[in-house]
Amino acid sequence: MEHYTMNLTLKIWKQKNCKERGRFETYQVKNISSEMSFLEMFDVLNEQLIAEGKEPIAFDHDCREGICGMCSMYINGRAHGPWHQTTTCQLHMREYKDGDTIVVEPWRAKAFPVLKDLVVDRTAFDRIIQAGGYISVNTGNAVDANAIPINKQDADESFAAAACIGCGACVAACPNASAMLYVSAKVSQLALLTQGHPERKSRALNMVAQMDKEGFGSCTNIGACEAECPKGISLENIARLNREYIGAVFSGSEEKG
Amino acid sequence: MNWKHYFTTSIGKKLVMGFTGLFLIVFLVVHCYLNSMIFVSREAFNAAADFMATCVAMRILEVGLFAGIFLHIIQGFMLVRKNASTRGERYAVSAGNKTSAWYSRSMGLLGTLIFLFLILHINHFWVPSRITGGLNPTEVHGVEMHDLYQKMIDIFQTPWVVAVYLLGVFSLAWHLIHGFYSAFQTMGLTMPKYKALIRIVGIIFSIVICLLFALMPVSMFMGWVS
Repeated sequence: MEHYTMNLTLKIWKQKNCKERGRFETYQVKNISSEMSFLEMFDVLNEQLIAEGKEPIAFDHDCREGICGMCSMYINGRAHGPWHQTTTCQLHMREYKDGDTIVVEPWRAKAFPVLKDLVVDRTAFDRIIQAGGYISVNTGNAVDANAIPINKQDADESFAAAACIGCGACVAACPNASAMLYVSAKVSQLALLTQGHPERKSRALNMVAQMDKEGFGSCTNIGACEAECPKGISLENIARLNREYIGAVFSGSEEKG
Repeated sequence: MNWKHYFTTSIGKKLVMGFTGLFLIVFLVVHCYLNSMIFVSREAFNAAADFMATCVAMRILEVGLFAGIFLHIIQGFMLVRKNASTRGERYAVSAGNKTSAWYSRSMGLLGTLIFLFLILHINHFWVPSRITGGLNPTEVHGVEMHDLYQKMIDIFQTPWVVAVYLLGVFSLAWHLIHGFYSAFQTMGLTMPKYKALIRIVGIIFSIVICLLFALMPVSMFMGWVS
């Protein structure tokens, strides 16, 4: 693809902290290379702001290779921008052309309060994991990899669910700010494996209870989460979570502690 | 933990919507089948309507039907209200139809339109048939009964009434296209093996049922049946 440069207008959400109201600020960036990633374009803007003696824009980022899930940006109405199954860091500027205006917002959900500018607090996800997204095992020597036979299909489906990086795009994209895709992936990856079976019922009940406590909405099965998920987590996981939940309820299982 | 607790979690609330929704779908099949008797004959329709009005089992099911409708409406309203409160600050730019279908996002609005239509609809037929009376008597095979057929003909002579009915049925079709599939998804029954089948059956069901319903006021207005 032909290399080119562009000048852009950016409308970016600025918010001092979680208490104060935020607002959009407009910035101009010049000579942005089509080879840059979206976050590199932000680096250019921030260096420009620092040189001007202004405060740079706070945004989350870490690995910049599409696996950590930190780069939460809602770009022109799309979680992680317009590219299918792509995180913000892997979105490249060749998507845009000279003169474009790009609106960048933080994930918006009451359960994900804005800490500063584009940085949101996603520890609600951590608390959901703490409620049951684990298996209780005695530590000791590592068990032989093939000691427990698991059929290929279950292993594959579990692996696909485990691809979830907990970025929160599902919550950001959902009109109800529901965390069902995330929770369903975390429940599925364990429920499909033998090691996860002993705790599967209390796990489903506990994680759903914590999800509700954090203030996420109900799933209305519209599928925006699946469409925006950078890791292609399927809605079939939500059906599985519903099955796990129904199974736990009708067998009379209890939440733990 | 008790039963109440199970049905008030975010998934539990949706299960109530799914169960009542499927119950209402079964009702629609019965309702549509019996009403289609107008295309057979005046007597066939009146006899069918009389069966529904006089059979004890049907009257008991009718109480269940009203309970189901109210539960579906109230729970739906509460869910819409709760879900509208989870966003906080709204997005300046939204994805719109790029990531989801408009009718899937508009279940609350479509449901409200259907509810408004239902008030008119129940007032047109159920109230005079069951409560206030005042319908012309007719006789089918020696049994005296209400002439609901004539009532339908009379009601569907007014253009705006026909228009409101068509709007109600139109809303119902979109509501069902999402609702049919969504009920199965909430119950966890959309395994890969059945997912496509449920989707297709849901869409065909919604279109066929609603076309039949739409055909009823139109046929009577246009004088295709008399």
